[in-house]
Amino acid sequence: MKAFDRVLKAREIARPKITDYVEALFTDFFELRGDGLKKEDKSIYGGIALFHGEPVTVIGHRKGKDASENIDCNFAMPGPEGYRKALRLMRQAEKFKRPVITFVDTPGAYPGLEAEMFGQSQAISESLAVMSKLRTPIVTIVTGEGSSGGALAISVADRIFMLENAIYSVLSPEGFASILWHESARKAEAAEVMKLTADDLLKFGVADGIISEDSIFANVDKALSEALSVLKKKSTEELVEERYRKYRKFDERFCGA
Amino acid sequence: MVTAVEERKNKFIRYKNLRENATEVLEGRAKIVIPAEKVAEAYTAMDRVRDIADAGSFAELSCEFGETDPLEFNGYSEKKKALREETGLHDAVLSGRCTVGGYPAVMAVMDKRFMMASMGIEVGEKIARAAEYAMENGLPLIIFTASGGARMQEGMLALMQMAKTSAVIERFKEAGGLYISVLTHPTTGGVSASFATLGDITLAELGALIGFAGPRVIEQTIGEKLPEGFQRAEFLEEHGFVDRVVARREMKAVLTKLLKLHNKESL
Repeated sequence: MKAFDRVLKAREIARPKITDYVEALFTDFFELRGDGLKKEDKSIYGGIALFHGEPVTVIGHRKGKDASENIDCNFAMPGPEGYRKALRLMRQAEKFKRPVITFVDTPGAYPGLEAEMFGQSQAISESLAVMSKLRTPIVTIVTGEGSSGGALAISVADRIFMLENAIYSVLSPEGFASILWHESARKAEAAEVMKLTADDLLKFGVADGIISEDSIFANVDKALSEALSVLKKKSTEELVEERYRKYRKFDERFCGA
Repeated sequence: MVTAVEERKNKFIRYKNLRENATEVLEGRAKIVIPAEKVAEAYTAMDRVRDIADAGSFAELSCEFGETDPLEFNGYSEKKKALREETGLHDAVLSGRCTVGGYPAVMAVMDKRFMMASMGIEVGEKIARAAEYAMENGLPLIIFTASGGARMQEGMLALMQMAKTSAVIERFKEAGGLYISVLTHPTTGGVSASFATLGDITLAELGALIGFAGPRVIEQTIGEKLPEGFQRAEFLEEHGFVDRVVARREMKAVLTKLLKLHNKESL
């Protein structure tokens, strides 16, 4: 399969959304809203739930099932308020020693006037800094398109899994082609050279595992259960240090003494 | 009719603007005012070191690197080779130990001449090592940021530098280190959304463009022209995201003062 076919699959409107994952994998979900500072940003969905009877915090980008739902959640493009809500939920998870599970599916952080005015950059950098030291396990599932800093901001994790048709990249193939070749039409060619498929990212060490899509929910459930059971056995110090080391090393193959 | 007094006053204002934003160039007898953007382009990392570090104090932190080309992107290695010749830099950041107004510090300076100072593995690694060196030696860290964002030619591993630099800087700050981030023209994208905006103290150089998304992308998204001064240093100060806007000629004095205020031995 060509890389751009994966891009199209990753963006298919029929793909399960965070709300579907919440319904299929968790019980007793209670949604938490707002960043506690300014407003509720619906492009990030999050709350507390039970995963096989254990409390967890769930956070993810929200895409809609149709045009009207997508307008409502800004096509999963968060502003700073969305990232600050995610951050608030993560700090809360740390306090109550709940693992954090994040679902990534976004075209990127919203490039708008208000987003700039209220600190899009600061919201993302703070999220990266806090996740790098959060004293509770973090597992990320990239379910659709993971694009740019807007995806990274909720995926600094102990384990990252990608669905077999998910993509994760520095920018959308369209943006990449536009920046490097001044031709967004060369998106298919861009997708090929960007190395954005699950296989590519497993080789780069960005993804820790690939989840087959033959039975999505059962497979995601299995990946999450296995990852959490390993992570929960680690001491907090060990957990945080291993996460730090994992990010510190990107990518040591290219940094000779 | 413009009176002699008014003419002198205008001249003074023009001269003041020139001093603050631009370099003087004498062409025959006429003084040419160069726009801030043009000056920013011409101002190199070496110029910055000369203007900020005390004379003769700068010792570069050596970093030997292999070739960073994870996507084996067509023409990328050749482009970097040419830029190394042209700029004297190995990649878009210069880092070293120095003193500023007599106070020791670690300083890293990004240089736009090298692929718009975009952040790939080498830039991320040099920022991380500068922070680690500062942590091991108990020194403050000053980073002059400027960047177009993540380096596209290095793909996903360029994006991972955002997480890497943020993690290392955060650890340095948690250990008690002082991190002063100085945002210079332009600081955008993946650098703006990582270590650039994690300073204990954040300064912005007068007139600098600072933002997550570039102005062209925002205009395309919202379908209208952006207001005057949008994303400029002054705009960020007004919205509460930088401690102070500082003119280039004041920069060394401001940094010296901040280092003094954090130096236990001098107080």
